[in-house]
Amino acid sequence: MFSWELLANALVAGLLLGGFYTAVSLGISLIFGLLDIANIAQPAFLILGSYAAYVMNTAFGLDPILTGVLFTPLFYGLGVVVYRVYYGSFERRGEESLRGLVFFFGLLFIIEVSLSLKYGVDYRLVQAAYIGKSIDLGGVGIAYRLLVPCLVGLAMTLALYLFLGRTFYGRAIMAVSQDGPALRLMGADPIHIKTIAFGIGIAAASLAGALLITIAPVIPSTDRDYIGRMFAITVLGGMGSIGGTLVASVILGVIESLMGTFFGPSWSLAVSFGILLIALAVRPAGLFGR
Amino acid sequence: MRQRGRRSIAWTVGGAVAVALLLASAGAFTARAADPIKIGFGMALTGGLSANGKPALLAMQIWKDDVNKKGGLLGRPVELVFYDDQTNPATVPGIYTKMLDVDKVDLVVSGYGTNLIAPLMPIAMERKLTVIGIFGLANNEKYRYPNYFQISPTGPDPATSTATGFFELAAKQNPRPQTVALVGADAEYPQTALVGARELIKRHGFKTVYDKTYPPSTVDYTPIVRAIKAVNPDVLFVASYPPDSVGMLRAAHEVSLQPKLFGGGMVGLQFTTVMTSMGPMLNGIVNYDYWVPEPTMMFPGIQDFFKQYQPRAAKEGVDTLGYYLPPYAYAAMQVLGQAVEASKSIDQQKIADYIRATEFTTIVGKIKFGKNGEWAKGRTLMVQYQKVQGSDIEQFRGPGKKPVLYPDELKSGNIIYPYSAALK
Repeated sequence: MFSWELLANALVAGLLLGGFYTAVSLGISLIFGLLDIANIAQPAFLILGSYAAYVMNTAFGLDPILTGVLFTPLFYGLGVVVYRVYYGSFERRGEESLRGLVFFFGLLFIIEVSLSLKYGVDYRLVQAAYIGKSIDLGGVGIAYRLLVPCLVGLAMTLALYLFLGRTFYGRAIMAVSQDGPALRLMGADPIHIKTIAFGIGIAAASLAGALLITIAPVIPSTDRDYIGRMFAITVLGGMGSIGGTLVASVILGVIESLMGTFFGPSWSLAVSFGILLIALAVRPAGLFGR
Repeated sequence: MRQRGRRSIAWTVGGAVAVALLLASAGAFTARAADPIKIGFGMALTGGLSANGKPALLAMQIWKDDVNKKGGLLGRPVELVFYDDQTNPATVPGIYTKMLDVDKVDLVVSGYGTNLIAPLMPIAMERKLTVIGIFGLANNEKYRYPNYFQISPTGPDPATSTATGFFELAAKQNPRPQTVALVGADAEYPQTALVGARELIKRHGFKTVYDKTYPPSTVDYTPIVRAIKAVNPDVLFVASYPPDSVGMLRAAHEVSLQPKLFGGGMVGLQFTTVMTSMGPMLNGIVNYDYWVPEPTMMFPGIQDFFKQYQPRAAKEGVDTLGYYLPPYAYAAMQVLGQAVEASKSIDQQKIADYIRATEFTTIVGKIKFGKNGEWAKGRTLMVQYQKVQGSDIEQFRGPGKKPVLYPDELKSGNIIYPYSAALK
């Protein structure tokens, strides 16, 4: 069954999927990787982003990804509120490890159940001109439904990379992840910086949610499919490394795609997680971990 | 004097207590005569199967309202006692134990779906309950428990039920297709359907050129569809759950995969939101179904049911048309209700004996139970999506968009073959 054309197609499909996985994982890479906050509720914000796109799409015919972009300030605000509650109730008292985890678990269920109650439990899809269409580049087919999310994912990665490396607040976020008290000595407020980072992480998840619903139908409990993938990518890439998140996402995407094409898709997740285990055995800090 | 006073007080109090007790016991007596008959079940109201669990619950509530309007069962009102099983089989034993021991329900039915019925079977057998299962595939195949009945019309051989009509149609086409690709999710229903499909492929003498499964959490189906396209099968049988049904279909259109016959066991394409979102992309798919608004399927009472169901479903945000599961959930309750009335009892064994011996008239037609409590004769339909245009929900309310191709006695239209012809 092997052919070069099939291989090329599988690689391209894997890269596209990897781009989407990057978008999904950037937020948690920031929150878990840099801030050390085990936000289990991150995939619930992803699905919240999907539903925002769905509502605007069905009510006003708005493009799902445009909705995703337009809603980022709103989700940033939501992230700020969530972090403030978390900080006030747990982190400030040094109770963040187990109780904080329970807090995010609770949040996950509250979001999921609220969505079920408000929008029911039917599978929700969106309409957009590019869904179901593809272009053919010399035998390699590229579905717009996957190309657009991949490009947005890459743009998000680049933006976050530049933000963290080139701006004052970005550098402050990197600093707070390394040494909060030292940052305080420099006259900056670590809590303020962490609040900004958490808000950005949630906004990124919501935009990724808009990408998700253009690729596949969504129900409130879809978030559970992504918990494992998100954290696996963050750990494989190296905690808090934006470039690492991109590389790990592409590795997972390409493996899934190659397995799906040539060896039977049943194995794809098992092989992906197998590679994660091997990578962690060889490099416990992840591919690009410090 | 003082003593006398005390005595009279004692008498007064004693008398009052006695009268109160008498009144209370009389009250209890009258309350018992009007005690409701409690029917208990767990149902997937959250989690993966809730898209079907909630509509099923609504149908059962409509039945309860209908029955109570007519005076209940055996002169007693009917009450439904239900809990959310969260689509989690581990919750089922606890839910049913609580309902039987604490809530003291009189009768039970199952929750929705094979995986949620499986953990109920041992409890039902231990406590000798009569159970009507709601859409489980082959749950009683191994237990052979005589007091279990299944409302889904899959028939005595559940494994092959989905694929039978599909491959019979395939065998009848001219030129006859030769090669078959099989693909399905790594989950209980798709696996069972694939086992059946393999058996039928052997029976009809087709050649299998692809036979693979995928994990249900797969995001992108393009690589799988491309691998199938590379082996160029005449027939593609898919056994999938809703997200993968949508994923496979979109990928097939993007990759221009066009076998001559495409579909089979794709769950989800029957749901209103999926039908309206996928629109013309559904055209040509030949898929299993249980009820469609075709003239051959208009059994007495079904239209009245939808008149009640559809406005309530729209309000509650559950499957708006409700053609897939709700009429059968309602029929399950009809069977139970008729059995209680006819056997004049809520005795589990008497009800089971009656159900086994009787042909029931329900809103989904006549039902007679046979081997393992399945329908004595299967009635899984094969329908083809034809001339679907845009995303308007109204087009699916009338006949013509999903004509029945199989079985012959319910046939309401002709197949468009090959698949590519239906896309034009």
